[in-house]
Amino acid sequence: MVAAGPVEVSIASPLVSYTGADKVEALGGTLGDLLNDLDARFPGIRFRMIDEQDRIRKHIRVFINGEQVQDLGHGVRPADQVCIVQALSGG
Amino acid sequence: MARKSMKSRSRSKPKRPSSRPSSRQSKTAAGSPGRRANTHGDLLLVATRKGAWLYKGNRSLKQWRADGPHFLGHIIHHLVLDPRDGKTLLAAASTGHLGPTIFRSTDLGRSWQEASRPPAFAKASKEGEGRTVKHTFWLTPAHKDEPGVWYAGTSPQGLFRSEDGGLSWEAFSGVNDDPQYRGWMGSEQDGTPDGPKMHSIIVDPRDPAHLYFAMSSGGVHETLDGGKRWRPLVEGLEVVAGFDADNLAFHDPHCVRLCPSNPDRLYQQNHCGIYRLDRPSAVWKRVGKAMPENVGDIGFPIVVHPRDDAVAWVLPMDGQTVWPRTCIDGEPAVYRTQDGGRSWKRLAQGLPKSQAWWTVKRQAMAVDGGNPVGIYFGTTSGELWASSNEGKSWNCIARHLPEIYAVETGKTN
Repeated sequence: MVAAGPVEVSIASPLVSYTGADKVEALGGTLGDLLNDLDARFPGIRFRMIDEQDRIRKHIRVFINGEQVQDLGHGVRPADQVCIVQALSGG
Repeated sequence: MARKSMKSRSRSKPKRPSSRPSSRQSKTAAGSPGRRANTHGDLLLVATRKGAWLYKGNRSLKQWRADGPHFLGHIIHHLVLDPRDGKTLLAAASTGHLGPTIFRSTDLGRSWQEASRPPAFAKASKEGEGRTVKHTFWLTPAHKDEPGVWYAGTSPQGLFRSEDGGLSWEAFSGVNDDPQYRGWMGSEQDGTPDGPKMHSIIVDPRDPAHLYFAMSSGGVHETLDGGKRWRPLVEGLEVVAGFDADNLAFHDPHCVRLCPSNPDRLYQQNHCGIYRLDRPSAVWKRVGKAMPENVGDIGFPIVVHPRDDAVAWVLPMDGQTVWPRTCIDGEPAVYRTQDGGRSWKRLAQGLPKSQAWWTVKRQAMAVDGGNPVGIYFGTTSGELWASSNEGKSWNCIARHLPEIYAVETGKTN
């Protein structure tokens, strides 16, 4: 399913080197679709966030409208605010 | 399929790779003098916990120019120059927080392109069962008759192959999912502190279908038919006391090298000693027993002479009790054999005489093709050392680098 319009996605700073901007628009009806769309335009970005078992990597967090989402099948609408964050750890 | 392919429906031009090299360059005086035949490499490739550096030597290798950092902040596990074209570099990269990837440069690091499909395990049919590549640990260019082909070993143990110069990678042979091999790989708990690894992927220069690889843990393995069938090659190797040597999960080869001058001879630095193997025999001989008793034969790196199969160098470390992984007594020394391991000589001129508590990882020691041979190693404390006279004396090329993970040599075209 593809959302009717683009969704604004905030990009974690370590991934801005892929997008060139900290906010980009992406198309997709689910979080997984959005990430696939981003990867098509910014090759390699998805695998830095999502592993080969389709799990969100340990230090990546995704929030939709302020709520943490862990399921790539989670629905997304054009008005949603999607935020990809890198969780910092270590000293 | 290792992971879902991404069909491009580009709406905008793809951006640059996720990290770019710095243009910072600085000269460093080093390298010991001496006339050397012009067959040596002219490039040192240094992979560290915080990025990569290229050190370019002048003709005499007395001075080295630092080019870096490339990928500052990335963990670079291995950086290798393709000897088949003298200009293609592959870098195995990850960060502390993002997934692993491979970068390729075809202009000696002036620009980098990220792999479209880095090494990745197959997606499991059942949730929770699949493995995830934590990082690519080892890169090996394939046979000279297979231009553009590379092999990669990962952590946890996985074997991958690229046929397009490192841009896309597929699982190679059935090793990654073979139930017996998976058993020998053990769990992540059985691996090294930085994770279990596949390493020492070796291509017989006489035959592209004859390959070796080693797993920590999991032993040494060989194929004669391009990966259709593999067989363990662990006879004669010892394991930690109390464990069963018949169980390959307890075998921990640290580094295996094939002698370019005699591809039937291999040397190995193992968790339990230094070994030599002369094919067609399949039984390793523990030649480290000839090391001084107060030094022992535990360590990680081993390198071999490019033209003399009787010569090899190791850098022993303290493997007692809780495995400090430091120079023995804080007094670093390289040991060289010139008789196939029957005897070993301490080579420490120029190295710190005391209170040096670093060590050298399995990928962080390399030789060039010079005559005499140049030897290089990088330390866990970020020092880069060189000998232009086969180890007789040593000079520090660079200090204050991040922890050095790998050192390779290369000769540019």
